[in-house]
Amino acid sequence: MLDVRGIILHFRGVAALSDVSFQVKPRTIHAIIGPNGAGKTSLLNCISGVYRPQHGSISFDGHDISRLTPSARTKLGIARTFQNIALFKGMTVLDNLLIGRHVHQHTGVLGGGLYWGFGQREEIEHRELCEDIIDFLEIQHIRKKVVGTLAYGLQKRVELARALALAPRLLLLDEPMAGMNAEEKEDMARFVVETAEERGTTIVMIEHDMGVVMDLSNRVTVLNFGEKIADGTPEEVQRSKLVQEAYLGEPTDLSA
Amino acid sequence: MRCGDFRETYAEDMALFETAFARRAMFAFLAAMMAVPWVASAFWLDVSLRVLIAVVAATGLNILTGFTGQISLGNAAFLAVGAYSTAYLAGHWNLPFPLVIPAAGLITALVGMIFGVPSLRLKGLYLAVATLAAHFVIEFVASHWDSVTGGVNGISIPAAKMGPLVLASDRQLYFLALPVAAGLLLFARNLFRTKVGKAFVAIRDQDISSEVMGVNVFRYKLLSFAVSSFYVGVAGSLLAYQARIISPENFPISVAIDQLGMIIIGGLGSLLGSVFGAVFITLLPELLRLVTGALSTTFPELTTLFASVKMGVFGLAIVLFLIFEPDGMAARWHHIKNYWKLYPFSY
Ligand SMILES: Nc1ncnc2c1ncn2[C@@H]1O[C@H](COP(=O)(O)OP(=O)(O)O)[C@@H](O)[C@H]1O
Ligand SMILES: [Mg+2]
Repeated sequence: MLDVRGIILHFRGVAALSDVSFQVKPRTIHAIIGPNGAGKTSLLNCISGVYRPQHGSISFDGHDISRLTPSARTKLGIARTFQNIALFKGMTVLDNLLIGRHVHQHTGVLGGGLYWGFGQREEIEHRELCEDIIDFLEIQHIRKKVVGTLAYGLQKRVELARALALAPRLLLLDEPMAGMNAEEKEDMARFVVETAEERGTTIVMIEHDMGVVMDLSNRVTVLNFGEKIADGTPEEVQRSKLVQEAYLGEPTDLSA
Repeated sequence: MRCGDFRETYAEDMALFETAFARRAMFAFLAAMMAVPWVASAFWLDVSLRVLIAVVAATGLNILTGFTGQISLGNAAFLAVGAYSTAYLAGHWNLPFPLVIPAAGLITALVGMIFGVPSLRLKGLYLAVATLAAHFVIEFVASHWDSVTGGVNGISIPAAKMGPLVLASDRQLYFLALPVAAGLLLFARNLFRTKVGKAFVAIRDQDISSEVMGVNVFRYKLLSFAVSSFYVGVAGSLLAYQARIISPENFPISVAIDQLGMIIIGGLGSLLGSVFGAVFITLLPELLRLVTGALSTTFPELTTLFASVKMGVFGLAIVLFLIFEPDGMAARWHHIKNYWKLYPFSY
């Protein structure tokens, strides 16, 4: 589904990613792990088009998307969330989700301004789709709240909701559970699994919590200092000496 | 008491007016506005017409600056484009006003879009300076393209007409300007309930994340310039029909600054705010004139100081609003409304 080949990305000579390749199979949850500064977020930025790598190619469903703008990639069915939440803080939860429907809507300036008729029909249709997601993520009580006023954990959930509103085929999640308490993490883990199973969405997820990674993911790619040091099932990765060294400086049992 | 939330369908939840009362209040207000020409003196009729024109222009600027976050100092120039288009279409081609006004809007939209191209790279103050360049380019063209604009001497515009119908006086034009202003406000209100308007606001809030959500940010910025300039062009067209003669002197940079003042004082990103701001800034010099006129018998020197007093009060009003009500008059209005909604249980 996603084929990343030979990505090289550097910022003024500092290498953030050196020759990273990996594949994501359809309908899997694929985790990307690695210490801080390993280049995980940069890799996600390359896939979603926020960064342009100096070398390498990225294809999605067999099409080369390396040269497309972020919005063009979104139209093909790639959605994402950000490590430090990037919601529209001044807008309501509902409006944030409706922006998620942007690429699926057709109302133009005239249709919108004249409203009654086409514009209204389309708005209601997409409102219903957003309400489905609101129900799915259990955020009914905050749908009319302005996002900036919400607690951190809820904002993370709203950001997932906004990404789901796009009805993506590939969903990129950057540390969706960071900074959450145990209960919030559990909810989020459940939402991620249900998204994959019920909606058939392929998920690439950056996550630090090893327990979560081992439980949820079908495949794991490990980065360290911008290089891929391991790739495989959670069990295989857990056994890799390189990974243990990268994480703790010395061979240790990660499952401990 | 007007409180409680009893909406059952999404259509109701998305309705234009929150309550039937609000809708009736709006119709009553419009009816009262229709009565103005019968009660107002020639002086106040002229002022009212200028208020309506300012409402259209300020709404246009607010769409671009308040809702999309793109600061523009090009509004006086865009107003000029609308006005000169009207002079050309109505003067040379003898077109009726139902064609001239929208055409002037469309021409201005196109010009606005061209001068919006720098927004691809520039933000904030840098964009403001780029639009300032637009102002001087257009001013230069207006003073030198004599065959179309009449150069520095200006050009006259025939009365607005359609077949036998002629709208020459302020009173007649008022009946054209009022529905145009109301219609364009309604159009804008609807726009922000649907895809395009929401994309504008998203760009203002977070442009990178809008792009990642699939909004083609550059295209929508240009679209915002186009829609905004259409409004300003229509305002320019009405202005030309009222003034009947225009020259570059009608469109100094201070007009653009006045309009920024309107949306700052009224409320950035609020349609109601554009109305409040336009009314306030247009009435301000007239009220000052009345006051200085009344005082001139005792302080004759005041009349000569009028221009500087006007600038001083304008500046002071903006500073006071920025300090005490940065969200503008519209926010104040909402506070008052919410207070009464829950009265007497508000605390
Ligand atoms: N926009 C940027 N400009 C300069 N350096 C960057 C930028 N983005 C990331 N980097 C650098 O790239 C490296 C990888 O960062 P990042 O991808 O955020 O790591 P991770 O998400 O794995 O913690 C870091 O050394 C970081 O400083
Ligand atoms: Mg990161």
